[in-house]
Amino acid sequence: MVNLEVKLKDLVLKNPVMTASGTFGFGEEFADFIDLSDLGGIIVKGTTRHHREGNPYPRMAETPSGMLNAVGLQNKGVENFCQDIYPRIKDYQTNVMVNVSGSMVQDYVETAAMINDLEHIPGIELNISCPNVKEGGMAFGTSCASAEEVVREVRKVYKKHLMVKLSPNVTDITAIAKAVEGQGADSVSLINTLLGMAIDAETRRPLLSTVTGGLSGPCVKPVALRMVWQVAQAVNIPVVGLGGIMNAKDAIEFILAGATAIQIGTANFIDPQVSVKVVEGIKNYMIRHQVSDINDLIGAINLK
Amino acid sequence: MKKLIQDFELVKHEELNCEHFILDIKAYEALPEILPGQFVNVRVDNNSSVFLRRPLSIHNVDYERNVIQLFVKRIGEGTKSLGELKIGDKLSVVYPLGNSYSIPKNSKTLLIGGGCGVAPLLYLAKHLHEAGNEVTIILGVRSSYDAVGLEVYKPYGRILVTTEDGSQGEKGYPTHHSVLKNESFDYSFTCGPEPMMKAVAAYSESKGIPCEVSLENTMACGFGACLCCVTDTKKGNKCVCTEGPVFNIKDLKW
Repeated sequence: MVNLEVKLKDLVLKNPVMTASGTFGFGEEFADFIDLSDLGGIIVKGTTRHHREGNPYPRMAETPSGMLNAVGLQNKGVENFCQDIYPRIKDYQTNVMVNVSGSMVQDYVETAAMINDLEHIPGIELNISCPNVKEGGMAFGTSCASAEEVVREVRKVYKKHLMVKLSPNVTDITAIAKAVEGQGADSVSLINTLLGMAIDAETRRPLLSTVTGGLSGPCVKPVALRMVWQVAQAVNIPVVGLGGIMNAKDAIEFILAGATAIQIGTANFIDPQVSVKVVEGIKNYMIRHQVSDINDLIGAINLK
Repeated sequence: MKKLIQDFELVKHEELNCEHFILDIKAYEALPEILPGQFVNVRVDNNSSVFLRRPLSIHNVDYERNVIQLFVKRIGEGTKSLGELKIGDKLSVVYPLGNSYSIPKNSKTLLIGGGCGVAPLLYLAKHLHEAGNEVTIILGVRSSYDAVGLEVYKPYGRILVTTEDGSQGEKGYPTHHSVLKNESFDYSFTCGPEPMMKAVAAYSESKGIPCEVSLENTMACGFGACLCCVTDTKKGNKCVCTEGPVFNIKDLKW
């Protein structure tokens, strides 16, 4: 038997495979395809203080080895989450974390405080990196001062695991990671999507209603891997790696680069069973490499 | 309805003309119930530049042989690559997805399809016919060259054609067909280019009859996770993949 259990500070994951916010709905959408209890955790759809309609159509454009999205945090607000959605998902036998987003610090604080009261939600992922919301989102994650402020204020009201999701659209992601660590973040997850755009040459029009959008999929994996490696060396809190993971081999690469856990995002759209296949694949890799404890692989990249 | 991900095998590939083709794909186990208007999301494995699955309407279902028929138009890389699949090739299919057209009973029903929008209308016509409805299908195409494969509709109702160049049936768009002036209907159903569906919606509103349209949209997942394929309705943004693809026009901002 191999040990797949990892810990993000006090948060125990039965295996390092989580699913990324915005790609996994509330988990329910995948219940026909997989047993959610096979996963280390799921991070449900970005939730804001108030209802958001999101951006107009078109919101998606396929790219070589990936896709751009401009969903814009469509959600019914945190009150709806607590009243309607939470009762439906609270008994999933996995760590159900909520991705929290906002356009003002106060929004983040109020949303986090309401989720803090939900017994079966062991943590939140603070989204300071959404590129698709005009009035904020990514803006918090692109300067140390604003990242520090939002994490500091949320930390005052949120008592459970506080993961902060970082934006790759910065000059030095390690500076932001250190800044949020300094304000009490329990872990960091990276990367959110890379800001990109697509144009239809025939019509000369942008392919997204917002012109720019977030790029995800295997095309971003080398960038994500590099950033995870850099951040893992810069901070002392656990790093959760994501960006273009399509299979167990990709997941292992992130773990070797220093990720304690990984998230699967865009791949869920192509294969709704990919997350459990990655768990199996990690196990097989460990058996093949005679590694009995997944924790021995974290940051085990051989640079010699 | 439980959604599945399964491998299918291509058992028949019929070229209708240089643009359109029909794929018969066979499941290795018994098919679940599939409703008219539902779709599949297929993975295009034979072209590495196609990243996402491609949503395709279900044209027909043969429960005895466990075969789903897909009516496809070559539009982009994904559909072109699907047209290159060989008999015996495997396809990963997520299905059955989406809601369905409603099936009234013992009524006069009108089905209007344009271009490859005819795809879901055959299976719909079958269900309407079985529920005791009188079925009239108008297919609008550019010319007689595109008016292919019409005989399959005949067991289920009357099939009428309009061509833009007048080379077959009546000349003009399907909403200009004389049958709309000469007869009345209780329900209308449509799928095709949006201007055509809007014309069907306007006709239906003027006659005060219910009208259901099947919308097309770019999708990533097809089962309500990505929230990419929204359409703006009177009740806010709705996912075409889960709350559609079939919408009653009274809910749309048309």
